[in-house]
Order: sequence, then structure tokens, then C-alpha cells
Amino acid sequence: MSKKNTEEIEYVSKGKRVDGRKVDEIRPISIKAGVLPNADGSAYIEWGQNKIIVGVYGPKEALPKHIADPYKAVIRFQYGMAAFSVPERKAPRPGRREIEISKVCGEALERAVFLEKFPNTMIEIQAQVLDSNAGSRVAALTAAAVALADAGIPMRGLVSGCAIGRAGGHLIADLNKTEEDAPDAVDLAFAAISNSKEIVLMQMDGRVTEKEFKELMELGLKSAEKVHEFQKKALIEKYKNPENQGDKK
Amino acid sequence: MNEELLWTLRKNKIVSMLKENKRLDDRAFDEFRQAKIQLEFSKCAEGSARVLLGKTDVIVGVKLGLAEPYADSPTEGSISCNVELLSMADASFEAGPPRPEAVEISRVVDRGIRESHCIDLESLCLVEGEKVWSVFIDANVLNLDGNMYDAVSLGAIASLLTAKVPKFEDGKIVKEEFSGKLKILNKPIMTSFAKINDFVLVDPNLAEEKVLDARFHVSSSEDNMFNACQKADAGSFKQNEIEFCLENALKKAKDLRKLL
Repeated sequence: MSKKNTEEIEYVSKGKRVDGRKVDEIRPISIKAGVLPNADGSAYIEWGQNKIIVGVYGPKEALPKHIADPYKAVIRFQYGMAAFSVPERKAPRPGRREIEISKVCGEALERAVFLEKFPNTMIEIQAQVLDSNAGSRVAALTAAAVALADAGIPMRGLVSGCAIGRAGGHLIADLNKTEEDAPDAVDLAFAAISNSKEIVLMQMDGRVTEKEFKELMELGLKSAEKVHEFQKKALIEKYKNPENQGDKK
Repeated sequence: MNEELLWTLRKNKIVSMLKENKRLDDRAFDEFRQAKIQLEFSKCAEGSARVLLGKTDVIVGVKLGLAEPYADSPTEGSISCNVELLSMADASFEAGPPRPEAVEISRVVDRGIRESHCIDLESLCLVEGEKVWSVFIDANVLNLDGNMYDAVSLGAIASLLTAKVPKFEDGKIVKEEFSGKLKILNKPIMTSFAKINDFVLVDPNLAEEKVLDARFHVSSSEDNMFNACQKADAGSFKQNEIEFCLENALKKAKDLRKLL
């Protein structure tokens, strides 16, 4: 639980935010696909100060056996944070926050993956946050989608995430830590499958009117599209390299 | 017989009925079941409520305890919310440490209450930087007939509204004496929706919940502000479907608030 800012900050002044961005501008994003030699698929994302690495294994035999589904693959998503990745050291064991994030992010990806093609298997996704500053769950989810594609797992589309919200009365995309701690802060973790505009993740904290909520969804879909471009770029970059054009194994 | 297969058959049935505008229990898509609240169920609790929603049966209790404030908020008390999915409540619930389902409901109910600012945290301060009240909201789900999110959330605000603050004297709690009622500033209400194929239903019953593709929970207060929301499970929502949920949530919350 973070403490709200008490000092008076002008969150948007002359169209510019505290870090100089426009209201709908997202922080710099760079994604690299195929960064872990052992994993079937992987991705590394830098999004603002967030640094997250994701590894995917599978589809492989579902273990323990009782989790196996005879009709589809099971997704296991594990979101974790390195002890040193937050201002106050975090115990490495997952807490309630990590358990919830893992659950909803895994579910967000389920809609995208053609799970029914791989009955009785599981797909394991591990996302580890190595450095953070607001928006790490959507960054992890965004990188996970790239890692799944890198693993060659067929999908309806890439899941693209972005946090949207409000600070100082302004609706903004991709909040940074200062904005998240605004006295009137609203933080909406959002993700969609860009091509079909299906919303697969939506978790909100903070008070909004119905009008603001609708505008936030609009901003979320627009931001997800921007993020989608970075994901596509990462995959194209990887397969441009002739070494990566054959079968992995 | 394979449980999964049974639910696939049931889903086919439910969907074919939805196509004819019918739900299993004859409700309209936007119709909430009757909710009943029984107050002060547990005498040991500072406030408590048992909520029946259909056959979903939950009991919520509020306890106040002494705590040291967090260093960055020396004048504020704290809130903690926990939901126990008792294994007696449904065959799919298992005994043992909380599973992700229990963690999720605990956190979603917590956010609905916390973000509404219905509890004035400053009013929970006893000695700045030293002693504050910690408000513990604990819920037990006794029987599951769908939509435990709304039942637990309703029980939480109902018990908060009746909660008394223990007497605090000479650095200690005086047993069985109270200094007054807990100050509650607004009444957040959770409203939950299920998406089954392309149908969006309010207040899913157990069968609907077992076959749903996605859920949407949203908390709102009497000033028509939304406090928190959560989309969960493997399906997705379209923008217009969420808009339908938001409009309906405000209406249903208004009805439910009358029970408080």
C-alpha cells in the first residue's frame, strides 16, 4: 500500500505531465523476443523503469496430473518480484498481491491462446520483475504475450496491456509512480487483444464517474494498440535474423 | 461420469435457454435475487451480518484491534479484509491454505471497501504515531449458490454500519465497553456480472457461475461513483458490454443499498 502524495503537485500543466509526457503518451517501451536459451519462448521488456523477463515452457505434460484438462491446455502464470526490485525490500515468497496478479494475468492470456489445440497439457509462464516503477503487471502481461508467440504457440492475437487512470483530475495513459500516488489517483490495469478489441484484463482502484470510466476504456484500447506495435516489432526483429528462421530444436 | 463433460452439457442447456431470453431460475438477465441480511449474528464481533443471496450464505464479522500505524501514515488506522471459502460451502472448495480464488475475492472485496473511503482512517487514530485501530473484516462463506462476491461485500458494509468501537483507556481496550459506533461515510455496493457466450447476466447463480466465460465485479457508492472493478476468468468483454454492466451496477446497487 503506497502513501498518497500530500504536497500539491500540478499533474498536468500546459498539456504536459510531471515527466514531460502528453496525457495519452506512454513511457518508452522496448521488447526483445527470445532472450532465454533454455525456455521454449521468452521475452524481455523495458517499460519506463520497469524491467521484466518472461520465460515460457510448453505445451508440456500437465503435472500434477489432476490439473490436466482433457479438452484444453492449462495456463499457469507466475508473476514474481525480485526482492530488490522495489524501494522497500520485498520478501521473495509470493504474497496476496502476486497471487492475484498471477491469476488474472493467466486468465487474460487464456482468451488469446488456442488452448483447445493442446488437451492434457500445460503452458507455464513465469514473469519476474527485476526493477519496477508503476505498471509492472501490464508490462509483464505484455511481455508474456510476446514470449508465448516466441514459443510458437498459436494465438488469436497478442494481449497488449497498459495502465490507464487519473491524476490531478486528468485522465492519463501509463501512470508513473508519482501519478499513482496522486490524492485523486485512479489506477486501471487494462489489457486487450488488439485485433478483436476484446478486453481481457481490467482491475481498477480509485473513484470514477460512469463518464470517466467509459473514457478510460477508450483510452485503454487506444494505448493497447500502441503497445501492440512494440510487440509486433519485437517478433519481427527476432525473425529477421536468419539464425532464428529455422526450427528451434 | 466426467464432471467436465457434465458441465459442458449443462452449458449447452443454459446457452440454448439464454438464446430464448430465459435463465434457469426464470430471472430476467438484469434481475438480482432477493437478498436478506441478518444483523448482529455474532455477539463477539464488533459488528456482524449474515447474508443470504439465493442459497448463497455468508457471514461477515468486523473486529477492531490495536495496532501501530505505518510509518508513512502515523495518523491513520488500517483495514484488512479476508474471505475464507470453507470447504463445506461447495464440493469444489478444498480445505487447506487459501487458494488463488480465495485470495482474489479477499482483495476485490477489500478494494471495494477501501477505495470508497467509507471508513475514515483518520478517525481510527488513538495516539499519533503510536496507536491506531485496525479494522479487520473477516468473511466465512458457508454455502455457495453463486455470486459470493456481492454477498460478502454486502455483509461487509452491513457489519461495518453496525460496528461499535471498543473503549480505549490508559493504553488498553476496556472489555465489553464501547466508545461509540464506527464512523461510516458511504455505502459501497458490489455488483457482479457473468458473461456466458455473448450474454451478460447480473448476479449469476451457481450453475451460471460454473459455466461462465468471464466475470466482472464493480463497486459503487451512493454518489454514483465507481470505487473499484475487476474482470476475471478466461473470457473477454467488449466495450459495450462493460458499459451495460456499469449502467446496471448503479441501478442494482441502489436497490441493494435499501436493505442496509
